Amino acid sequence: MARLTVAEALRQAIKEEMRRDENVYCIGEDIGIPGGWGGAFTVTLGLEKEFPDRIINTPISEAGFFGIALGSSLKGLRPIVDVQYGDFLFCAMDQIANQIAKLRYMSGGKLKTPIVIRAPVGFTGRGAQHSQMMEPFFLCLPGIKIITPATAYDSKGLLKSAVRDDNPVIIFEHKLLYGAKGARSEAGSIDASSEIPEEEYTIPIGKGIIRREGTDVTVIATLLMMHKACEAAEILAREGISIEVIDPRSLVPFDWELVRKSIEKTGRVVIVEESPRRGGIGAEIAATIAEEMIDFLIAPIKRVAAPDTPAPFSPALEKFYVPSIEKIMTAVREVISLSS
Amino acid sequence: MDIETDKLLEFYRKMVLIREFEERVKFLFLEGIMPGTIHQYQGQEACAVGVCSALKKGDVITTTHRPHGHCIAMGMDIKEMMAELFGRITGCCRGKGGSMHMGDIEKGVVPAIAIVGGGIPVATGLGLAFKMKKQNYVAVCFMGDGATNEGTFHESLNMASIWNLPVVYVVENNFYGASTHVSLVMKVERISERASAYRMPGITIDGNDVLEVYSRSLELVERARAGNGPALLELLTYRITGHSRRDPALYQPQEEKKKAIENEPIKRFTKYLISLGISEATLEQIKDKVRIEIEEAVKFAMDSPYPSPEDTLKDIFV
Ligand SMILES: Cc1ncc(C[n+]2csc(CCOP(=O)(O)OP(=O)(O)O)c2C)c(N)n1
Ligand SMILES: [Mg+2]
Repeated sequence: MARLTVAEALRQAIKEEMRRDENVYCIGEDIGIPGGWGGAFTVTLGLEKEFPDRIINTPISEAGFFGIALGSSLKGLRPIVDVQYGDFLFCAMDQIANQIAKLRYMSGGKLKTPIVIRAPVGFTGRGAQHSQMMEPFFLCLPGIKIITPATAYDSKGLLKSAVRDDNPVIIFEHKLLYGAKGARSEAGSIDASSEIPEEEYTIPIGKGIIRREGTDVTVIATLLMMHKACEAAEILAREGISIEVIDPRSLVPFDWELVRKSIEKTGRVVIVEESPRRGGIGAEIAATIAEEMIDFLIAPIKRVAAPDTPAPFSPALEKFYVPSIEKIMTAVREVISLSS
Repeated sequence: MDIETDKLLEFYRKMVLIREFEERVKFLFLEGIMPGTIHQYQGQEACAVGVCSALKKGDVITTTHRPHGHCIAMGMDIKEMMAELFGRITGCCRGKGGSMHMGDIEKGVVPAIAIVGGGIPVATGLGLAFKMKKQNYVAVCFMGDGATNEGTFHESLNMASIWNLPVVYVVENNFYGASTHVSLVMKVERISERASAYRMPGITIDGNDVLEVYSRSLELVERARAGNGPALLELLTYRITGHSRRDPALYQPQEEKKKAIENEPIKRFTKYLISLGISEATLEQIKDKVRIEIEEAVKFAMDSPYPSPEDTLKDIFV
């Protein structure tokens, strides 16, 4: 057992998978540069030493190298493509949305496209073009699995599963959870490190986890918001309110069974998401709960989300923008007071 | 080109203002007083000052993730710039933009576009507007070497060429895109060679020689203004600071860095001015004034209030 940060756990996962299968390779900007950073957040740092031919540093040409990754996957390679900030996925969106997500389907199931896309997300004082939570844009895009690991343990296990999956999988990594060190460290980070077992393990894509058991309200949250939900639960426990925190870990496919069991017990649900409310993951989860699990509910569903604006730069505005522990607690108290 | 002394001293003042502004910002940032992230301009001052000095009122620029130098060279108020960096309501974007989105359209600066290559079509569109509205203005598009590998670069230059738009594309080749050396990501020796694919003039010059940058920019800007179409100007320069934040730039070889510091534009221009007989005392005086101006800007910024939280919800639609 060793305690690893999220960045270290992701690096270990990539290294193990590259050792296991010589078809696995990494492609992206500013990777494998001596004296460089190992991508924007150190995840691929030093891997070029062991795999000089399988860490491919690209020009700043996102549309190009995403398509190149796809083409290479058709001949059996298994690319791990990264962007430095999730926001830059938009530059490659034709290749991702029209090609990567659809080629298998358009081929009548004849082609396999085993591609992993790694994208850092999260609000960190960088303003409107280096912050966005990208999940909603992919949630409505059939053909790509989505994973959102919130701890180092999950990061390693889920990334390994993603590399072995024959479908496109996008992994959203949160900038405030990486635990990157030195010049690439991030102010306001949260400790998401875990004890990582010596022996190999994977985590199946599509299985959520209960982070904290409780009986009064189910709170569903991923990535940074999961950590905030747990903190809110801790504080509310002192008031005698018992929260069950569910971390879906995968958005596509989604562990509806886990949610159903929890709501059956609590009858109340709050969904926390870091992205704007309109058309977000909360909307999707809430709609499905309303359609399929309404009989369990004894209170209205509540969402805690960012407002429907781009991310502002000023710390004074960002604090208001990003859902806080206080806002989560308010929502929980509200659903309790509105219970029938 | 004969340039009168006042103008030379103004070039000097602007370059020093950029350098001192950036050094002050770096210090505030490392002290942890300034929020966000920053990409700084030390070493490239001659590019911004040379190019922007060739523009007239009404001309417009687009800039990048590394915008402070361009903003200052276009005459933006450094008080408002500093306040923006501190996220205050008095900032040029009322605290909504930050370092990477600085701008002031009154001064001809479109709020900076921090997506590499993202500004190139926008500048081209400004050129299209000038042409369609029969206005005698020029759009200048600043970008780094790295941006010329984006598809937007090639699409935009082609359209500017076929429509004969008044746009000057300025590539500041500082030899690195983040940590990646240009030689790893393109085979052309000069980025200006790429202009030939779009049949526009492409020239490469010493970007650390402010007078050379000024005179060649003037030529290309006036050529565009006269209706003779776009051009690509490559300026060879060097970033003598990290790419962003606390980047120690370990990927830049020591020897190369040393040489670059010897060749940095302010040192070179200072020598030139002294050779013309301008006294060191005159230059020191300019520097002192600049430093006072910057301290005033810091004070203005730090004394300014933050926007109120509800301001987050404003400005989304007109
Ligand atoms: C589309 C996109 N890809 C990647 C980045 C991350 N990034 C920011 S600056 C930069 C390097 C840009 O290099 P260059 O164009 O040479 O400008 P310089 O930083 O040298 O001024 C990169 C890769 C980005 N902002 N946008
Ligand atoms: Mg560059």
